[in-house]
Amino acid sequence: MSRSVRKWMLEAAAVLASVVLFWVPLYFVVLTAMKSAREASLMNLEWPSEVQLWQNIKEVVAVRDHMLLRAFWNSSVLTVLSIAATVVVCSMAAFVMQRRQDRASPWIGFFVLAGLIIPPAIVPTIWVLNELHLFKTMTGLVLIEVALGFPFCVLLYRSFMATIPREIDEAAVVDGYGGYRLFFTILFPLLQPVTATVIVTQAVAIFNDFTNPLYFFPGAKNATVQLTLYNFTSQFVSQYNLLFTNILLITLPPLVLFLFFNKKIVAGMTAGSIKG
Amino acid sequence: MSKVFRRIYTYKFLLPAAIVYFVIFIVPTAMSFFFSLTRWTLSDWDFIGLQNFITFFQEPSLSIGFKNTFIYAVVTCSLKVVGGLLLGVLLTSKLRTKSYLRSVVFFPTLVSTIAVGIAFSMMMHPTTGLINTTLARLGIEGPDWLGDTSIALLSVAFVDVWKGIGFATVIYIAGILSIPEEYYEALQIDGGNGWNKFWNIVVPLSRPATNSVIILAFIGGLRSFDLIWAMTKGGPGFATDVIASIIYKQYQGGFYGLATAGNVILFVFVAALAFPLSRYLSRQEVDL
Repeated sequence: MSRSVRKWMLEAAAVLASVVLFWVPLYFVVLTAMKSAREASLMNLEWPSEVQLWQNIKEVVAVRDHMLLRAFWNSSVLTVLSIAATVVVCSMAAFVMQRRQDRASPWIGFFVLAGLIIPPAIVPTIWVLNELHLFKTMTGLVLIEVALGFPFCVLLYRSFMATIPREIDEAAVVDGYGGYRLFFTILFPLLQPVTATVIVTQAVAIFNDFTNPLYFFPGAKNATVQLTLYNFTSQFVSQYNLLFTNILLITLPPLVLFLFFNKKIVAGMTAGSIKG
Repeated sequence: MSKVFRRIYTYKFLLPAAIVYFVIFIVPTAMSFFFSLTRWTLSDWDFIGLQNFITFFQEPSLSIGFKNTFIYAVVTCSLKVVGGLLLGVLLTSKLRTKSYLRSVVFFPTLVSTIAVGIAFSMMMHPTTGLINTTLARLGIEGPDWLGDTSIALLSVAFVDVWKGIGFATVIYIAGILSIPEEYYEALQIDGGNGWNKFWNIVVPLSRPATNSVIILAFIGGLRSFDLIWAMTKGGPGFATDVIASIIYKQYQGGFYGLATAGNVILFVFVAALAFPLSRYLSRQEVDL
């Protein structure tokens, strides 16, 4: 067999595999979301006798007094606030961590690395939040997301900070700049590419986060989108169409991000891991 | 460092991060060692020594978590390494559909784990699920993927790989693309074939990528919770219970001391496996 034929077959096999492993599950989700409850319960790939996606959306949104809308609101607030805090807090920390080397540096590095590896202790964290009157509050959950995202984001910022020449700092100091003015007016704008990476990767991570809201943000009023989806699994045992409509709705935001920021996301994830 | 710069690079910049990280992460982690030795109701505690740990090791429904966690981490990690490497090679070769395939492989990484878990548990339904009806059409009787205790854990692990392999692949792509062109040229002069290229150049020189994938996938596997919880809730019986899901169950049951002991065990488990592993891998890298 000639080389080009073999290559062509390899490519055809790869595309076929992608269809079976990726498009079929996706098609299944979309299809089920368009069906009536009775047809959805058959769980097959047949085209619905009547497409009722819009009706399903209206129905799923209305469930439990528009819980899904509240969940979308909660998740959006959580994502935006957490990211804003993460960007400010981590970029500032990375600035000093990268620029300043002294006896404390190895310790700081050790604690950051530990945070990447060690799973958070659940009940003691609840206890701490409770003592601070932050348990079951949005503020508490934002703090959790910031603290747990900190090691990854600060490492991203630190490695980018290393590429910004120190001469800039020196020139600014000669011009009479203090630390804050140097950082916020000169360096922070230069960090823009890595800030974009942090925003996109954290947006996906926090929007999709299930475990932390489950533990630290319980209660019907507090639901986030992932929790609602999880809770609906028990409510919609006989209404797979609504369950899958819900899946479809909460997959849309990451999908949109992916379409626009594909490169940014990939760059961020690899930058964070290769350097280790 | 001059005095001026010590003032410019003041630790005040580190302060907000340090406070949040200390209060929300370090303090609870440190406290967990104490509370794991108690019977605890959040407002009140009784010191009971190592009783929680003894329970954890003696109770079969709890100790099964060690085995499952380890199996799950090893299976997902090794499949991600092998699959990620092969996909990385494929997606850096000259294919016309390369960018399409890259997007397809990567996209599941961004989808909610809960959504993936629910969708796949429907497809894995023993009689009406998509997988088994398709197999039946081919004349094969598919197993009860999530109901059979001997394969349920592996079924969940497969979905984990489906969702996470895009990340491993992306790391491998970056690693393979950073291999200097000269190596391939030298191989061509020496008359090596495609296999030599893969085995003697790509595999050893993408070693840093391999190390990253191993560490990240292994730690991720040890800590995994949401996919398992969405798909099986640890069942059937305790067949897919891992340490993280046991912690959640004990927490739900109000056994806070026991749940915290689980956290300490997971901490030790992860640290005892991840630190030596990363040291071993980085030593290998130097020898290269």
